[in-house]
Amino acid sequence: MSFEIDIEKRLGDTRISLTLDAGQGATVLFGPSGVGKSSILNMVAGLLRPDRGRIAIDGETLFGNGIDLPPERRRAGYVFQEARLFPHMRVRANLLYGVRGEADRFEDSIGFLGIGHLLDRWPRTLSGGEAQRVAIGRALLSKPRFLLLDEPLSSLDRARRDEIMQAIEHVRDVLGLPILMVTHDPDEAERIGTRVVRM
Amino acid sequence: MLDATEWGIVALSLKVGGVAMLVTLPVAFALAWLLARVRFPGKVILDAAIHLPLVVPPVVTGWMLLLAFGPNGPIGGWLQGWFGVTVLFRWTGAAIAAGVMALPLMVRAMRISIEAVDLRLENAARTLGAGRWRVFWTLTLPLSIPGVLAGAVLGFARSIGEFGATITFVSNVPGETQTLPLAIYSALQQPGADALVWRLSCVSVALSLVALIASELLTRRAGRGLHVL
Repeated sequence: MSFEIDIEKRLGDTRISLTLDAGQGATVLFGPSGVGKSSILNMVAGLLRPDRGRIAIDGETLFGNGIDLPPERRRAGYVFQEARLFPHMRVRANLLYGVRGEADRFEDSIGFLGIGHLLDRWPRTLSGGEAQRVAIGRALLSKPRFLLLDEPLSSLDRARRDEIMQAIEHVRDVLGLPILMVTHDPDEAERIGTRVVRM
Repeated sequence: MLDATEWGIVALSLKVGGVAMLVTLPVAFALAWLLARVRFPGKVILDAAIHLPLVVPPVVTGWMLLLAFGPNGPIGGWLQGWFGVTVLFRWTGAAIAAGVMALPLMVRAMRISIEAVDLRLENAARTLGAGRWRVFWTLTLPLSIPGVLAGAVLGFARSIGEFGATITFVSNVPGETQTLPLAIYSALQQPGADALVWRLSCVSVALSLVALIASELLTRRAGRGLHVL
């Protein structure tokens, strides 16, 4: 499984460009805010259109050469800075939103994330850490081919961060999903990144 | 209190207002969604056209409806030719006039509530595999429901108060097109009908007040983010 990314995009005065060819494990895009790291994840997810270039996962082109797959067909597991849980659905319905067919890994996922006791709660009653763990579970249950993490720890206090960090390591090492993560925190980059790309 | 004829006027007003609101609801919602979520050429013109009934003299709106729905009009001729029906001098015509006049208010309220649905949630849903339709049915619609209902109630209130376009379009026929405002207008022309004017006006104010309070409560509900009805 590999990411091949070679894209360019102009957003206002910022010119964003990245060339990356990364294999297994977690690739961390590290740099100060405002350099367009999140925009790169959005382009990989299909939420933002690059001006030119190519994005391919495992040899399959998501963008480029006349191809531009819509986000719903890219099978990206995207965990945003804020959990973005659907406020009118309980945790269980949020987790099942992206599930196609049987939820075969449901018990496993809620088990290692420690969210089994939250299933009947409304998102507005969750703490930041709980909400972020549910968001990771929701992304994983949609059977993604890869995971995009956009500063998933930035809104959390230190104790909660370690929880989420462990969950991400579990995804990287046990589930073996390739990860593309954005952060401005050197400690996070060091701990999660199989390789770190400075921007 | 009211006598049987007066209750008949109230019932007719509620029927005209209710039908106008129900028929306009899907049209208003579709237009609101289009204006809130889609970029297309001519959007400003569509937006302005929808708001026309709010600013054009109602008598002009009524006259335009008369042209469109008259026996020689494009819609009236079609209705007459295919179904043998006409809406002129009929309560259905009164409902059409009320619906057209209520449309801009309903579109405005609904557009605001659709725009308030966080695009970031819709984007998250798309990365989870939901196409545009699923995003609409599972997120946009349920999250904007309180605002949509507020718009509908507001449209209903506007409909039962409709006067100018109605009297121009379908005239003032007792028992058929004579809704509350038209009945009050007629009573004002008769000597010694002051008591009737008072009674009908009180009913009119009461109905509008209830509808406005309901609309305001729904709007607040939408604002507080209590999306679960």
